[in-house]
Amino acid sequence: MDWLFFGEISLAGLAMGGLYALIGLGFVIIYKATRVINFAIGEIMMFAAYLFLAFAGGMEMSPWVALPLAVLGGSLLGGVIEKVMIRPMLGESSISVVMVTIGIASILVGVVEMIWGADPQLLPGFLPRKPVFIGEMYLAPKIAYGFLIGAAVLTIYLLYFRFSRGGVALRATASDQAAAYSMGINVRRVFNLAWVFGSLAASLAGVLVAATGGLSPQFGAIGLSVLVVVIVGGLDSIVGALIAGVFIGWLETVAGAYLGGEYRMPATFAVLAVILIFRPYGLFGTHEIERV
Amino acid sequence: MRIGDAKQSYEADEAILTSSTQKIWFALFLLALLLFPFMADAYLLYLGCLVGIAVISTTGLNILTGFTGLISLGQAGFMGVGGYTVAWLSANTGLPFPVTLILAGLLAAAVGILVGLPSLRVKGLYLAIATLAASVFLHFIFAEWESVTGGMGGLSLEPAHLFGLTFQSDFGMYFIIVPLAVLMVLAARNVFRTRIGRAFIAIRDRDISAEILGINLLHYKLMSFALSSFYAGVAGGLFAYFFRVVTPESFPLSMSIFYLAAVIVGGMGNLLGGILGAAFMTLIPEILKLLTTALTPFYPNAPIFMSPMLEIIFGALIVGFLIFEPHGLAEIWHRIRRFFSLWPFKN
Repeated sequence: MDWLFFGEISLAGLAMGGLYALIGLGFVIIYKATRVINFAIGEIMMFAAYLFLAFAGGMEMSPWVALPLAVLGGSLLGGVIEKVMIRPMLGESSISVVMVTIGIASILVGVVEMIWGADPQLLPGFLPRKPVFIGEMYLAPKIAYGFLIGAAVLTIYLLYFRFSRGGVALRATASDQAAAYSMGINVRRVFNLAWVFGSLAASLAGVLVAATGGLSPQFGAIGLSVLVVVIVGGLDSIVGALIAGVFIGWLETVAGAYLGGEYRMPATFAVLAVILIFRPYGLFGTHEIERV
Repeated sequence: MRIGDAKQSYEADEAILTSSTQKIWFALFLLALLLFPFMADAYLLYLGCLVGIAVISTTGLNILTGFTGLISLGQAGFMGVGGYTVAWLSANTGLPFPVTLILAGLLAAAVGILVGLPSLRVKGLYLAIATLAASVFLHFIFAEWESVTGGMGGLSLEPAHLFGLTFQSDFGMYFIIVPLAVLMVLAARNVFRTRIGRAFIAIRDRDISAEILGINLLHYKLMSFALSSFYAGVAGGLFAYFFRVVTPESFPLSMSIFYLAAVIVGGMGNLLGGILGAAFMTLIPEILKLLTTALTPFYPNAPIFMSPMLEIIFGALIVGFLIFEPHGLAEIWHRIRRFFSLWPFKN
């Protein structure tokens, strides 16, 4: 076995996993606060990446201006989606809400295709091109810097949720809505903020992933990998999303490199199936107890 | 106007068609279905067959999702099992179509039971994701098990045949698909007049309460999965006979979502809704196609916008129906019917 090759592949996989962790975090924030499983997260990522393309490519802005603008646009989209389409579904069965997010995903794909066309596109390069070596192992610079940006934002998020007022409000709402209400927390605003923050994380990851792998209206399919991440980690666990994100990213890349690209999805979904059978609430999720 | 209907026997109470008006309309509907292929042109006939296949598959999904409350994102995968079974059997054994279709349904049902096994431990969205995993695995098998499925190239098959008759044209296929669709919808209707169907509904409404009432959850959930995948398998088999080719891309994930959307738009837990939803969702792309052709002389770019427009309309329909009309087309239908049966006494 070629250890250097394995090391390089693993490194690339772990870096990709870092981005998965970021998207997973966005997913978990939304789920924790609002109990909505967001099937449209891949499409929100895609939308933000196309916005970046429009700002940096079409309008020729500096990428470092375009990136925050695109991320802002993506999070705004999340906020609007919550206000217009998710809010009216409050109290409906979870099946219906999930189907609404699937519908939103379809609408976003259509809109993107209508504006930017169906052909795959390349994002203007904005990350340094100098190859990165860790020891003897080579790592593609786009992936490495993408990982660094992602990790930095992840840390900021974790600190924010731990210490800030908004973060505490969000965690309070997640653990007990009624109690949060009676303590004067504006639960509606928390719902909206959760969508904004969740979409923000996803949008940033979307631009970074698209910068390494290209962009097309089918880009949202990455949402399926993220779904695996959050189920394996546990839908309401931030730690779970981080660990599972890194693990699934690594597994997907290694399976793709050693067995061939067609094994990427089955490999991760096999892990998903095992988790569903033995630990249905994920590695770190809360076990819900039902009463009649 | 019709007022109240007192039933004097259990048979009358349980009957599917309760009034003579209903019976007349139903007979007229069947007659129209029978005469349709003799009057319709090739395009309409093609659409009729597509709607028939969609009705069977949607009815199957409705049994599982609408009546038992188990969401499945695997419907396209089960249809694929049926399609590949038919394709393989007709290439390797030359059995007539009733046999291959039944075998396709049975194999799909077996796969459905296997996929449904986690349903005792996980439910709701976790189950949806388990079925999603199943459809990923099935797609992988279709694409990679080349000696049986022909890999990415897929399998092509001979026309359906029975007693030396071959059903090559859409005209012939219509007479297989539509009677089967009618039969299978009636069968589904009958299931919900028995203990089994009522058990499904009890599980949907509250599974723990159902268990306390003595319904064996695993048994009935698996039965629902089996029944639903049987319908999907038959629909997939008909799909294979109709297009005479199956590839892994014939049964994509978007197809599973399409059938879920048909169930929702039609009305969850309502067989009539399933039929309306299937017809409506199948015809929307065609209506849009007609519109684009009509618009092309004025806007030469219209055809480019058709496929994204379709995505948007598809999504908007799902969202719109869920927000504004959660009971779907069936509810609209009932409202229209009520209007006529109460006329002129209701404003």
